Amino acid sequence: MTRIDRQATFLMLPSYVMLAVTFIVPLMWFFVRVLLIDASPAALPDTILSVATSRPMLIATVATIWISLLVTGITLLLGYPLAYYLANRGGPRFTLVIFCVIVPYFTSVIVRTYSWMVLLGRNGIVNQALAHLGVIDEPLPLLYNKFAIVVGMAYVLLPYMVLTLYAAMRAIDPMLLRAARALGAGGAYVFRRVYLPLSLHGVISGALIVFILSIGFFITPSLMGGPSDVMVAMLIERSVEITLDWQTATVMSLFLLAVTLLLYAVYYRVTDIRRLVGG
Amino acid sequence: MERATERLLPIFVTLVCLTLIVPIAIVIVLAFSGQGFLKFPPDSLSLRWFATFFGDARWQASLRSSVIIAAIACAIATCLGFFAAYAFVRRDFRGKRFVLSLMLLPIIVPTVITAIAMYFLSARLGLVGNMLWIGCCHAALALPVVLLILLSTLQGVDVNMERAALSLGSSWSRMMWRVVVPMAAPGIISSALFAFLASFDELIVSLFLTNAATQTLPVRIWNSLHLEIEPTIAAVSAFLIGVTAVILLLDSVLRGRRRPARA
Repeated sequence: MTRIDRQATFLMLPSYVMLAVTFIVPLMWFFVRVLLIDASPAALPDTILSVATSRPMLIATVATIWISLLVTGITLLLGYPLAYYLANRGGPRFTLVIFCVIVPYFTSVIVRTYSWMVLLGRNGIVNQALAHLGVIDEPLPLLYNKFAIVVGMAYVLLPYMVLTLYAAMRAIDPMLLRAARALGAGGAYVFRRVYLPLSLHGVISGALIVFILSIGFFITPSLMGGPSDVMVAMLIERSVEITLDWQTATVMSLFLLAVTLLLYAVYYRVTDIRRLVGG
Repeated sequence: MERATERLLPIFVTLVCLTLIVPIAIVIVLAFSGQGFLKFPPDSLSLRWFATFFGDARWQASLRSSVIIAAIACAIATCLGFFAAYAFVRRDFRGKRFVLSLMLLPIIVPTVITAIAMYFLSARLGLVGNMLWIGCCHAALALPVVLLILLSTLQGVDVNMERAALSLGSSWSRMMWRVVVPMAAPGIISSALFAFLASFDELIVSLFLTNAATQTLPVRIWNSLHLEIEPTIAAVSAFLIGVTAVILLLDSVLRGRRRPARA
């Protein structure tokens, strides 16, 4: 090891220690203690198999994947035009749009979830408005179902998508578009054959980060979902808080963690990691 | 076709922006409502829900816990993150990008898993409800935020200034304190503000690690939302939005003073 390396290690050491003590060690200890010390290691394959094939876990897994895909798709559809606008406009319009993205981005998730509960509730603002306009007689069931979960999560995660796409689009050289136009390509053609491919890695990064965060989401689905809309993260919390079944909680955490890390590894390969938080 | 897109894009962007900002605006308006239930627009305006929030001893205790924990998390994350970011920007070492990706893990790993694991260990060590410990745990979640802001800040600090100080006989620590810290000060303050905010708004770890005596504001909101939607929550939410707004405002002022070399 060179001298310079040692200095770097020395500078990083406090951070390493802090992360080890508060993050890595608790996670390791949790898995090792529950699965290998409190239970016999020989029983581990059976435990994993029984949790993996249990009905609640299957239902929650299907719901989690389905909701996460929907949320990823919706944020992409809404976020792409927004990011495109941001990347191609300057001045006050840019400031106004980025304000609308940044303010929710830095607002507490619980507050953002609460705001949609107020909107979608049985006596919520959307139902009040629709009744006032005479569109409906009975309040619509907008809250405490999968629809509410998807709306709430898409709202919370949209800024991540927009900021990731914006970072990718800002890096696109406008000269390439001008060149394509000069060579006779029409607007739609330029978009499809030049702009879209150039922004594709942003699309992949954005979709990955939103999907990664979606599958572990907890606050919004637990507050906005109905009694039967259970996602994996909620199932883990319930095993600990309600049924006190640490074994099941640990195995489910292991699954969720493995999928998350796998997707993060893909994300790591396709993205400049520094763009993770818009900053 | 092209014209149509040109005309539709601003309309679409306006609609999405409204969807993003209106829910937050509504919460702020409702916080000033004079009614006991959530009606929009409210028939009368009042400060009664803020009076309830600021007058209630339990809400005040939660506010105090939130501030103390966030201050601890902010201090730890900013100090440690500064040295780590300096190492990333100024030193060469193997697997730099990989180490960075590992240090960002706390915001990738589902917080429920992290929180349960932290609780599992804290319960055994008798640390549940200990604000210093909760602050340390929040610092792990705030560290990625600090790192990402300081990486771009420190890239904007001219390395020649550091070399000049060292060649004129300054010690390394004196150079850091008298050259690097002042030049990076706007970025350091920004990162401290966002670290504070990250902890102040954090819910899941607090949910597992706090007890009745140290409940933070997000935990109180969470508990209330499970029981009934009382309008005081709107006032507390508006307060949290206000804290975010102040921090964003301070950051935009500081951003003007930061070096333009942002990644």
